[in-house]
Amino acid sequence: MGLLPAFVAIPLLTALVLNIVEQKSWYTHILALSSSIFLAVLSFFTPQTHGIYYVGGFGPHIGINMMIDPLNRLILIVVQVIVMLACWYSVGYMEHYTSKSRFYAFVFLMLAGMNGIILTADFFNFYVFMEIATLASYVLVSYGGRSYELEASFKYMILGSISSLFMLLGIALIYSQTAALNMMVAAERIDPAHPVTFLIIVLFLAGLGLKSAIFPFHSWLPDAHSSAPAPISAILSGVLIKAVGIYVMLRFVFNFIGSENAPLTMLAWLGVIGAFVGVVLALGQKDLKRLLACSSVSQVGYIFIGIGLGTPLGLAGALLHLISHSASKSLLFFSAGSIEYSANERNITLLGGLKKLMPWTHLGNFIGFSAIGGIPPLSGFWSKLLILLACVSAGQWLIGLLAALFAIMTLSLLPKIEKNVFTGDIPEHLKKTKESPSSMIIPMIVLSFFCLGIGLIYLVPSWNQNILTSAVEVLMDGRWLGAINNVP
Amino acid sequence: MIYTLCIILFLLGLYGVLVKRNIIKIIISLAMMNNAVNLFLILLAYRSNGVAPILDPGMDPSILLETSVDPLPQALVLTSVVIGLGVTALMVALAIRLYHAYGTFDITKIRKLKG
Repeated sequence: MGLLPAFVAIPLLTALVLNIVEQKSWYTHILALSSSIFLAVLSFFTPQTHGIYYVGGFGPHIGINMMIDPLNRLILIVVQVIVMLACWYSVGYMEHYTSKSRFYAFVFLMLAGMNGIILTADFFNFYVFMEIATLASYVLVSYGGRSYELEASFKYMILGSISSLFMLLGIALIYSQTAALNMMVAAERIDPAHPVTFLIIVLFLAGLGLKSAIFPFHSWLPDAHSSAPAPISAILSGVLIKAVGIYVMLRFVFNFIGSENAPLTMLAWLGVIGAFVGVVLALGQKDLKRLLACSSVSQVGYIFIGIGLGTPLGLAGALLHLISHSASKSLLFFSAGSIEYSANERNITLLGGLKKLMPWTHLGNFIGFSAIGGIPPLSGFWSKLLILLACVSAGQWLIGLLAALFAIMTLSLLPKIEKNVFTGDIPEHLKKTKESPSSMIIPMIVLSFFCLGIGLIYLVPSWNQNILTSAVEVLMDGRWLGAINNVP
Repeated sequence: MIYTLCIILFLLGLYGVLVKRNIIKIIISLAMMNNAVNLFLILLAYRSNGVAPILDPGMDPSILLETSVDPLPQALVLTSVVIGLGVTALMVALAIRLYHAYGTFDITKIRKLKG
């Protein structure tokens, strides 16, 4: 289990070294890329069963623990892979920006924070890592330094800080109730019938809802995610809202307070409303990256529909949709960034005819929108199908019907972008547009293959058993993160 | 009772963040919320006439257990104060950049993004 602290230590060390090295050197790119590739490879060598690491050798009642099980192993791998591809993409994309070593340093700080959130089994430790990850993300959103980027970052920062403080108050209340900060120990001691527990649930759901941009708390997401540089948008939309928001929400609801004590039906309905609001906002947008960010609100709604059903099938659908959305939304932000890089334009009404000039970007964009819209062999189809099946088998016909309707509305984003951006006449100012450099194209091709192949996780029985079913079993075990008893 | 005062301070800070239009006042309100939570954590550990949680030679451990304060929340508050400092510093830095970009601290006039 000595592997687990490496996922926090290596990114922190990389961030430190990146701040020391000279600016503008090729060394920056090599260091960032090799470190992220190493972490991605390392994440596949983590144990497949339960594992626990006692930081400093103290036991679960005293010290901080890091813990791995099939659920957070899955999220860990997704995070490492997406961040690795974003670093690769940045090699080409960040040419227009100055001080690249600072940029990578903040990316690695954010990665350290996310890995810490995923692996830790201690509430206060979770708060510290959450602040590391979100502080780095506030800086990265405002990285370009233009006025609207600063505005988006400030808005994001106010709401992010409020949600962090809600959770800190919740953690203080948990400590007052259970005299423990370890998640497993506190989960055993907490009394669900106590009125303070109700306050804890409200504080945590509000805080985590703000972080994961569920319906009434979604207003910051389109601003923040569309203002950041493209690789950062891909990390924020692809993995940060999942690691900080949805993963912790899953742990809190299913493993900490128990699904019978949480307002699951409310979460499902908020997911339905979020899926609707997001897609309506997206259909009305003219800015390409803002459109993608609004569509993220909609897809997060789908994940919450799966969580809100609370059945094993629904959770499997939610997890599959989480992976699928990570891959497809990162791909879409990469292709939007590629258009912005080459054509220097994000307004879709001013673009056109890029199909011939940028064939690879067009391919990536096409696959990304098809995957999000749910065209059969691609990833989004299988995850949405699983969520719909779960709705039907749980007897929630209305939710299933609405989810299917909004999926068709999501699909209508594909012809909108095809028509405005890739077909038609080439406007005069875009005649000289060229395809982006290969360092930006290759990550898009890799992600396209992921979008094609993610359905196999559900279809191949052994993968389904090892990846999805075992992760869902961790959640269905109930108010109890079984790791303490399973490990000597 | 004293816990309720902490919660009232927290809610006052939240009110400030939601209602005030000046960026600096919003930042001060957030700092107030942070301090309310810190105060709450410290109060959890408070014990009237408590002693320091250190076992001196010749002291009975059971008496120490009954009379000492809880040291853990104090460690938590130290960490939380440092994080709060980082957040506030970054916010103030952003506020300065925003003032250069827009020439105002009024949040209702800083509106280039919409929809």
